[in-house]
Amino acid sequence: MNVQDLYAISPLIVLVTWATLLILVDVYIIRDRNGGTPILAALGLLVAMGFAIAQTGQQYTAFNGMAVVDGFAIFLQVLFLGSGLVGIALAYNYLQRMGIERSEYYILLLYSISGMMLMAIAADLIVVFLALELLSIPLYVLAGFGRPKVEPEEAALKYFLLGAFAGGFVVYGIALAFGATATTSLAGIVQAVNAGSANLTLLSIGAALILIGLGFKVAAVPFHMWTPDVYQGAPSAVTAFMSVGAKAGGFAALLRVFVSALPELAADLSPVLWVLAALTMILGNVVAIAQGNIKRLLAYSSIAHAGYILMALVVFGNTQVSSDAVAAALFYLVAYAVTSFGAWAVVIALEKAEQKGLALDDYAGLGRKYPGLAAAMAVFMLSFTGVPPTLGFVGKLYLFRTVLEGGFIWLAVIGVLTSLVSAYYYLRIVVIMYMRDGDPQVHAEPWLRLTAGVTAVATVVLSLYAGPLFAWASQAVLKLF
Amino acid sequence: MIPLSYFLVFAAALFSIGLYGVLARRNAIAILMGVELMLNAVNINLVAFWRYITPTQIAGQAFAVMVFAVAAAEVAVGLALVISIYRRRNTVVADDIDLLKF
Repeated sequence: MNVQDLYAISPLIVLVTWATLLILVDVYIIRDRNGGTPILAALGLLVAMGFAIAQTGQQYTAFNGMAVVDGFAIFLQVLFLGSGLVGIALAYNYLQRMGIERSEYYILLLYSISGMMLMAIAADLIVVFLALELLSIPLYVLAGFGRPKVEPEEAALKYFLLGAFAGGFVVYGIALAFGATATTSLAGIVQAVNAGSANLTLLSIGAALILIGLGFKVAAVPFHMWTPDVYQGAPSAVTAFMSVGAKAGGFAALLRVFVSALPELAADLSPVLWVLAALTMILGNVVAIAQGNIKRLLAYSSIAHAGYILMALVVFGNTQVSSDAVAAALFYLVAYAVTSFGAWAVVIALEKAEQKGLALDDYAGLGRKYPGLAAAMAVFMLSFTGVPPTLGFVGKLYLFRTVLEGGFIWLAVIGVLTSLVSAYYYLRIVVIMYMRDGDPQVHAEPWLRLTAGVTAVATVVLSLYAGPLFAWASQAVLKLF
Repeated sequence: MIPLSYFLVFAAALFSIGLYGVLARRNAIAILMGVELMLNAVNINLVAFWRYITPTQIAGQAFAVMVFAVAAAEVAVGLALVISIYRRRNTVVADDIDLLKF
């Protein structure tokens, strides 16, 4: 271990140290609930983000190839830290309003983000597993943060049982990959496959098990059953963070492992991913139509969007397209993060205690009474659908383009058709907001307004200047050597 | 010496038993035990692969130790959640915990 190793994980060190000290500071110095802890937590995220951005443009491995710093890692670390900041902004007033203000929320959030950041720099399957658990375990607790109420506890138990189950698959797959190639390092796996010393059958089985486990994490059909229940039961601020952070963390692992270590298995795995992506898009969008609860609707919407991102993974074996595909997936993750956080900010503004204010009918009349909030929600719904000029549209454009370049025309067709289906339920919310009379009750605290406003503006403005953002994502190609 | 495949078949059987436990049992504690069996199967695999394929490197063993540690952390959180639910509902049977329907 030398100084460069420590420098490679400096954002992670900062964040973990900060979170650990924050526990003590919160207990011994701040004492009163919700005093300075959120601000200090946000400050920690900003400092860690500074360390992450300072590494821009660098490219090296650390800890004997266990960790790697590259564009991909830095891009994702900034995305995770940014989603942590929004997670704090969304929770700040929400926790007070729901009577669950405990400063552990912010500390657990920081720990969960540290897991996601470890995932971004992982270059070894052991680190991938460790990061997955570090990401998940704080999220299990956060999902049950609304205790002692019944729904959050159930959501947390469900999330925990399925998460642990999925973790078992991932680690069994990793063990088989280790047996097949005699190494857990991603670079080592590539070398073993190229040298012909790997047992490809065993490696394929291992990769399939890893795919199943991570499929649970990103909520891909048929491993999605937990998503609506957990999203509905967990406190909305946690759900917002989970729908962005946990999904992006899962995709970070999928992209890193499949694109950089297993391109040789594409002939076996691409068809499987094709079916997964198609099923996820179809089922997510079709079932979302039937939902009357906004949290469940957004849960199915998040399943559907996982399907769109999975499309980028289908071309992982085609080395000419795969770096474009990674860039498109990263861009779509950003687009989804911005849009999703905005939509959840509006949901949180309308939510009331005891799971009230979450029916679609509660949005009736929002357009007349709170035009700003309704306009923001309309922007988010259009972006989810993929209507220009929004980030969602540009993201889908890039995704469909890479899929077509990879030669998967029917998958792109399914993607377009399911987007059309999704227009029905997204636009129904817009119709309810503007065409129906009602008397919505809104608690739009400053932080919520700010989040909704900034994300709405970003959704539109960033789509007009999508080129530079995509160029940044394109630099984030995966390099291991 | 016992061939490697014996260990792998045993581990696969153990994994399948754990899988069956998770899918078939309704009690949250029993489901958790199924998950633990799955993780133990992984450890058997790791140690067997280490012994037969890379006996000179420590990575396989180190990984097995990490799996223990993570499993312990997971169980700590899981049992806390189970106790929290039990205090409220007086049941840990998954069929009775049905407020949020599948």
